[in-house]
Amino acid sequence: MAQQAGAGRRYIRAFVSGFFVAVPVTVTVLDRFAYVARVEGASMQPSLNPEGNVTGSDVVLLNRWSVRNYQVRRGDIVSVLSPKNPQQKIIKRVIALEGDFIKTLGYKNRYLRVPDGHFWIEGDHHGHSLDSNSFGPVSLGLVHGRASHIIWPPNRWQRIEPSLPPERKPLLNWHGDTTEEED
Amino acid sequence: MFRSALGKTLGFVGYTIQYGCVAHCAFEYIGEFVACSGPSMEPTITSHDVVFSERLSRHLCRIENGDIVIAKSPFDPHMNICKRVIGLEGDKVCTSGPSDIFKTHQYVPKGHVWLEGDNLRNSTDSRSYGPVPYALIRGRVCLKLWPLHHVGAINQSPTGRVVKRSD
Repeated sequence: MAQQAGAGRRYIRAFVSGFFVAVPVTVTVLDRFAYVARVEGASMQPSLNPEGNVTGSDVVLLNRWSVRNYQVRRGDIVSVLSPKNPQQKIIKRVIALEGDFIKTLGYKNRYLRVPDGHFWIEGDHHGHSLDSNSFGPVSLGLVHGRASHIIWPPNRWQRIEPSLPPERKPLLNWHGDTTEEED
Repeated sequence: MFRSALGKTLGFVGYTIQYGCVAHCAFEYIGEFVACSGPSMEPTITSHDVVFSERLSRHLCRIENGDIVIAKSPFDPHMNICKRVIGLEGDKVCTSGPSDIFKTHQYVPKGHVWLEGDNLRNSTDSRSYGPVPYALIRGRVCLKLWPLHHVGAINQSPTGRVVKRSD
């Protein structure tokens, strides 16, 4: 009987100590390195959720380590804390970086220079996406992660490569660095 | 001999990772110590003061008018700014300085806050760059820790520009 109680206590102690290791490690990994999120809505069709919610929504892996210095490239798909609602994250494609001169689609200014420390994001599904065309350039400090892989459903398992629609290329770069960053 | 050295190394690495993660969680979800610099919050906080900024009320959306917050600068995410919250979303704030003849007002848009320094003459704040997204706020300053003769809570706003809420 006494032996049994001792074993039970040992078991509880091991469980508690394991808990105090596992929770901080998990939280740190999710905050610093990688985060898994389900994509909702049709704003990124056809890149993500190509068939709507018929076959279930896509699950993406967000690389948080690569945005630790707030470095994003044009064409990347990134998740951003929504400027309209701090509780919500939105996933969009980066169209232009700071200093770029772009043509907007339905924003109050028809042509616009993206201010310093900001970037311009758009969904791939124009007209069905709440993006920079409605709330303007987004501050770089709001970037949350870069979508690097689609991990679910399994038949769509793939790496996400940066791709910028040719008609959405920036018209002019203010800083003059037209050289693209190489991978 | 070799095996015990390997075991010790692995144990050390494990403990380092564990305590690193605990430290990350503490700084990210409880609070952090911040050394302030710059004149924008004088006389409440002067340059080289050390303050404690707690993260919980930001995560729970409990930031209120009159709180001093640490936020990422909207134009340079590597830089932090320390300002006072003048108005939350939906509040009507005065966007002109105290000495301007014509007063201009503006409503703070959804999901944003209006930040101003206490030193109105020497502060770059929402009056120059507009409302700041709530998600850029990192924490609320709740205690002053240095210099020692000023340890304690933070003073109320000396400018009287904070929007009073009726609810």
